[in-house]
Amino acid sequence: MNFTVVFRKELLEQWRTHKVLIVVAVLFFFGLTSPLLARYTPEMLAAIPNIPAGLSGIIPTPTVADAIGQYVKNLSQFGILLALLMSMGSVAQEKERGTAALILTRPVPRGTFLLAKFAGLALTFAVSLLLAALGCWFYTYLLFEALPWGAFLAQNGLMLLVFLVYVAMTLLCSTLVRSQAGAGGLAFGGLILLAGLGAIPRLAEYLPGQLFSWGVSLSLGAVKTAWPALWICLGLIVLFVGAAILVFQRQEL
Amino acid sequence: MMNSIIVKDLVKTYGSVRALDGLNLQVEGGHIFGFMGPNGAGKTTTMRILTGLAKPTRGGAQVAGIDLARDGRDLTRHIGYLPEEPAFYPWMTPVEFLDYLGRLYGLQSKIRSQRGRELLELVKLDDSGRRRIGGFSRGMRQRLGIAAAMVNQPEVLLLDEPASALDPSGRKEVLDLIESLRGRCTVLMSTHILADVERVCDVVGIVAHGKMIVQSERQALLDKYALPMFEIEAGPEEILKRWSDSLHGQSWFTSAELTGNKARLAVSDVRLAKQELLPGALRFGLEIERYEELKPSLEDIFLRLVAGEEVK
Repeated sequence: MNFTVVFRKELLEQWRTHKVLIVVAVLFFFGLTSPLLARYTPEMLAAIPNIPAGLSGIIPTPTVADAIGQYVKNLSQFGILLALLMSMGSVAQEKERGTAALILTRPVPRGTFLLAKFAGLALTFAVSLLLAALGCWFYTYLLFEALPWGAFLAQNGLMLLVFLVYVAMTLLCSTLVRSQAGAGGLAFGGLILLAGLGAIPRLAEYLPGQLFSWGVSLSLGAVKTAWPALWICLGLIVLFVGAAILVFQRQEL
Repeated sequence: MMNSIIVKDLVKTYGSVRALDGLNLQVEGGHIFGFMGPNGAGKTTTMRILTGLAKPTRGGAQVAGIDLARDGRDLTRHIGYLPEEPAFYPWMTPVEFLDYLGRLYGLQSKIRSQRGRELLELVKLDDSGRRRIGGFSRGMRQRLGIAAAMVNQPEVLLLDEPASALDPSGRKEVLDLIESLRGRCTVLMSTHILADVERVCDVVGIVAHGKMIVQSERQALLDKYALPMFEIEAGPEEILKRWSDSLHGQSWFTSAELTGNKARLAVSDVRLAKQELLPGALRFGLEIERYEELKPSLEDIFLRLVAGEEVK
């Protein structure tokens, strides 16, 4: 009920408050520059004056794997950071400011209110990632070789899924507390927790981060998969969004 | 006419704080109900429960025939709500905001734009319809909040301090607007500005410590609780004193307060007092400069009733 109306408002808000622009600009920048950095870093290192003799000889020749590696490294860091920053105020700010009370006394179920927010953020990240992928593909093609389109898109789909885990987690944090800063702090705690769990080797293969390496191997034609991590990612998204809806429905505004 | 709002034994606690302590109230359809009380009396809590933003600890309520505990979801289509400090999306314009609300109510595009125009004209924001709300003053936001509360032409309008942020002319316009709704929709208006209640409300409820102290039609409340008073300015002062002392035996007389050549008389029977006051004063040889029957004020009643509740 009224999902499209609230979803439309969410998109308009992201546009007017330049959130879309920020996510697109950051991800697109790293999409474009990752293959460039991979390609020219060895040359830049070699060009440093007074470089010790023999060092330039051991700098490996860049390959398409370096371009993809650089792309994943940059986007995984900045994408997750953006997921936290863009989502932390989504509910908390509306509660803090009082707009949630004004809107939720209209025919808008609280679940719809949250789902529209999640969908709006998901679309922003999907479009931004698509543009970043286009940039990365283009420069990789110019500087190295053409990447297989289907596999590269699938890699970006997996990256999007990881970002959405963090969007959903931050949305839950934003629902739990009343201030943007509090939501950000809580979500950052969640990020640290997931990173800490990822350091445990046996556990790591079930965690969202595993999808990044699966994505790389997809683009490079390797055979590695991480199905358990994929299901866990989907489960976490459903769990976080579902929990946020349940909490929000019981909350007094 | 049927009751549009029924609140029964409403209790709301926040930890050890009892914000509402068995509140009861009824508002008949089409009436403008003035919900008065000192700060912290439970007015906003009641409003939040009636709009579904908060849940009661005990007790129940019906708004526009909808039982909040049973069919609370249907409520939003029948009510309009103005919070004490209405908040908006600063990046939107009033036209966009009213259009957004219209969409939420499922109104057709033509109706949305027409109603938006009418409402902005009504609250005197038609010139600012395409300005960003972020730059609005508190008074402008308050007026936009009133327009927003009326987008769906609600059966019940819940207004939390609707005129508190407005300047005198803005206040007059808003009160005129509320008054024009009499008979068209039911208005529950919380306020601490007694003059506003006196001006537009036909029924008054006074709440203190989460309880309704009194609920009555405004005039009946004034008749019942206001002490009838008369004021006389006359001389010479010594005769005025002798005359006021002589009133103590009269059945209609209650008390007198003398200040110079002015006597303020409290009476128990206005009709008898009117018949006997002036002739008696003239018989005493008083030269009367001014004689006035004082209009009882809601403020006096409010202060007396709330003070009485404090004593309890």
